Amino acid sequence: MLGGIGLYLSSPTNREKVLGLLGEHVYLAILPLLIGLAVALPLGALARRGALLRTGTVQASSVLYTVPSLALFVVMPGILGTSITSPANVVVSLAVYTTALLVRPVVDALDAVPGHVVAAAIAMGYRPARRFVAVELPLAVPVLAAGVRVASVSNISLVSVGALIGIGGLGELFTEGFQLRYPAPIVIGILLTLVLALVVDLLLVGLRRLATPWAHAGVGS
Amino acid sequence: MIEFRAVTKCFDGGTVAVDELDLVAQDGEITVFVGPSGCGKTTSLRMVNRMIDPSSGVVAVDGQDVASRPAAELRRGIGYVIQQAGLFPHRSVLDNVATVPRLTGSTRRAARRRAAELLETVGLDPALADRYPAQLSGGQQQRVGVARALAADPPILLMDEPFSAVDPVVRDGLQDELLRLQDELDKTILFVTHDIDEAIRLGDAVAVLRVGGILAQYDPPQRLLAEPADDFVAEFVGKDRGYRGLSFVDSDALPVHDLPLVRLGDQPPCDGWLLAVDAGGRPRGWLEPDSGGGAVTEERLRAGGSLHRSGSPMRGALDAALSSPSGLGVVVDDGGAVVGAVVAEEVLAALRERRPGAA
Repeated sequence: MLGGIGLYLSSPTNREKVLGLLGEHVYLAILPLLIGLAVALPLGALARRGALLRTGTVQASSVLYTVPSLALFVVMPGILGTSITSPANVVVSLAVYTTALLVRPVVDALDAVPGHVVAAAIAMGYRPARRFVAVELPLAVPVLAAGVRVASVSNISLVSVGALIGIGGLGELFTEGFQLRYPAPIVIGILLTLVLALVVDLLLVGLRRLATPWAHAGVGS
Repeated sequence: MIEFRAVTKCFDGGTVAVDELDLVAQDGEITVFVGPSGCGKTTSLRMVNRMIDPSSGVVAVDGQDVASRPAAELRRGIGYVIQQAGLFPHRSVLDNVATVPRLTGSTRRAARRRAAELLETVGLDPALADRYPAQLSGGQQQRVGVARALAADPPILLMDEPFSAVDPVVRDGLQDELLRLQDELDKTILFVTHDIDEAIRLGDAVAVLRVGGILAQYDPPQRLLAEPADDFVAEFVGKDRGYRGLSFVDSDALPVHDLPLVRLGDQPPCDGWLLAVDAGGRPRGWLEPDSGGGAVTEERLRAGGSLHRSGSPMRGALDAALSSPSGLGVVVDDGGAVVGAVVAEEVLAALRERRPGAA
């Protein structure tokens, strides 16, 4: 097995291809994560304006997430007017999933901001937009970060499905392996996907720590 | 001056939180709103900075209806302190205090300089400036909360049960500190509490509210204790209001007697109760009568009662006499040295003298 992998990677063309696919995989997973977060934040904040709005938004996002990813990849060109092989189909589809996945964590994270802190911010004369950015958002990070980690793993695994329509990052190694009945690219694809998920997760944990120094300061130090 | 003119607040669902409140809080005074849960005290307070808008009536600051000013701008000119301090957990102590100056457009540097001054004003160690709120004790957090409210030097302070989450000893210290600050700063303070003792201690005027937001009585504290307007107020101010009322009676007319003293390490000069003092004349404890000869040591002493500081109100004098094992209340000067003794009977006699119609 290991010999097979070594053999596959001994070819410079293959190495170049794997690296290229890894780069594409990162791009296809991370860009939708950022877009989804940017959409989910205002959506989640809006959902907290009323009980009906909250239930509606949260449930709609759960339903959206149950749409099969392959189906979404396939219908996306029809919705966007893009060609069937455009990476935009995957990016937009995954951004939709990320948004669906993140709306609830955003709502929960904003709920977790202590009410008396928000009241104090209002009483000191913060206007809503600045209060959201300067007070509520930073305090929402610890809960929000958990949701973003889940979404990042979800994206990294979903990108592979795109291989079935020709844009799938490391997933293309799977289709290649299956077509050639050759296990090495499949194993390489699985391993790299795992490593990528792990590295991104570690990075997110690091980012969270950087964004919340106050949550780790020792008592009485 | 803060005026409530026929202010009513009904919440959705029909609960009346504040009912036709008419009241004027004078400049430079501490006005306390006190009452049980559901009496509308916090609601009333929050109508001043428009965190809640009245259903009818007008809240006016210096004659101007607060509803006529943009809420955020109004709030930046009114200090606000709440229970648990409401500090921003993600900002250092210094940046918490600098919040309002930053909002009103001060540079970061100027706001921080101002914040550092204020930490000193409220008696906080400058070394705490870079800590996060979670690294402070409850009492320290409350001080930061007060400093933050004062940062833009607002003429008005709203304080919503600011000291109710700290332990009684710390609360005492914070109350003293607030009175000391108020002496210096002369703010117009609205203070909400459910604790009648706190109300009486801090208030220049106290508004007692009953459930449903009805003003039961609005008077200076001594009058509240002496002449409660009705049974509700009488019950609310408590059973020992006669005793508490002594906080407002000066003790200047009270005779102070000489006290038999013995210095620690000396021989007792006579039998009978002796008060042992240290080299500075400060009381250490009582030596019981007939406790034998030999040098007086700490181990042989009984703990003394409370001390009455010379010139402080009658309440302390009576308590000193009642709590002293010898029945002699110890009077000390500002440095803590023994001045003499008071006895309970003479406290009562002095009070009798003060009554109208006393011979």
